[in-house]
Amino acid sequence: MASGVSRVVEVLKKYEKELLTDWLAELKAGGTGNDGRVSETELHTQAKEFLGTLGEASRSAGVGDIERPEWSPVRDFLDGVSRARVTQGYSSDQTATFIFSLKRPLFKRLSKEIGSDAKVLAEETWTASELIDKLGLHTIKSFQKTREDVINRQQEEMLELSTPVVKLWDGVLALPMIGTLDSARTQIVMESLLQRIVDTGSEIAIIDITGVPTVDTLVAQHLLKTVTAIRLMGADCIISGVRPQIAQTIVHLGVDLQGVITKANLADALALALKRSGYTVTRNKA
Amino acid sequence: MDRIPILRMGDFLLVTIQVDMHDQLAMTLQDDLTSQIEKTGAKGVLIDISALEMVDSFIGRMIANISGMSRILDASTVVVGMQPAVAITLVELGLSLAGVQTALNVDRGMQRLRADVAGKEADDGRHQE
Repeated sequence: MASGVSRVVEVLKKYEKELLTDWLAELKAGGTGNDGRVSETELHTQAKEFLGTLGEASRSAGVGDIERPEWSPVRDFLDGVSRARVTQGYSSDQTATFIFSLKRPLFKRLSKEIGSDAKVLAEETWTASELIDKLGLHTIKSFQKTREDVINRQQEEMLELSTPVVKLWDGVLALPMIGTLDSARTQIVMESLLQRIVDTGSEIAIIDITGVPTVDTLVAQHLLKTVTAIRLMGADCIISGVRPQIAQTIVHLGVDLQGVITKANLADALALALKRSGYTVTRNKA
Repeated sequence: MDRIPILRMGDFLLVTIQVDMHDQLAMTLQDDLTSQIEKTGAKGVLIDISALEMVDSFIGRMIANISGMSRILDASTVVVGMQPAVAITLVELGLSLAGVQTALNVDRGMQRLRADVAGKEADDGRHQE
């Protein structure tokens, strides 16, 4: 890097207006802002604000290291832009283009400013290129992070969605399970069911596995764990919705479900639960 | 040294664990409870662990042992009010406490003990005929 203040900083300050115009033209040529997702005025505001913060940060901290605290407004701004781009449905390369298209205008101004001194020009171009690359990478990084956050959030939501504990009757809870049971889900299912048992003081819990596509030894083990935990709390557990195929698999696997009450469907399980709690269901009309 | 109090309620003994169990406390409880059953001729023991928030394998085994010992001394035992976290921990430790009767709360536990004792008396009566 050049000794003292880089010429890049100088150029950024001196030609802020011209850079903005060139950059916007470049962005437009690249296709950003043409599809109506980002309006031209919005793009203009974003570009202007970015050049403003970029100029300030480079003046106060130099262009060598964008991880310095002085650069945090720039990084925050890029994070914001990336987040907005994710929600607007842009791809990662389109988001990165926002930064990378600043290269050409910046190089143009640099070469005009420095003129024919090839050595200085090469050095400054390198500095500028490095800076833009770093900023671009940061943009991609936060773009990806935003996307990952979305995925994580959806995963958590799915976990919560898939474990509703339903009150079927006074003292009878049901848990219709949907999807494959892995350790993490079993843990959540177990916790929410046990907590509900404590909260409602229910004596009987029915786990309905109609929505569980396959039962292997691991899933069976998780089921057994849940049943044991429920029993330890002082409640009874009925497993319902065992399909013929699953019954076959369980026996073939040699899983021991002795001591666990199983029923073919939820209706039978509810009938048993009612009977145990002392209720009888009668039909009024003949 | 602190002890866990054992209360007598008619034919039953009531043990409420209100503090975190440590190993020595569990051992003392085991001694106290067995001698109390012997002394009072209690028909049932109710162990309330609703305030117990942490267990290890030792305490888990002690709970199973205590209820096994009371059964041998002809007192039905019900463990009541286990917290969800405790239940999960015991299951993860591989302790299913088979043979230990459980109930959700003290009320249900007492019902269960009474039913148990009544059933036992009916059984004894039949044998004498």
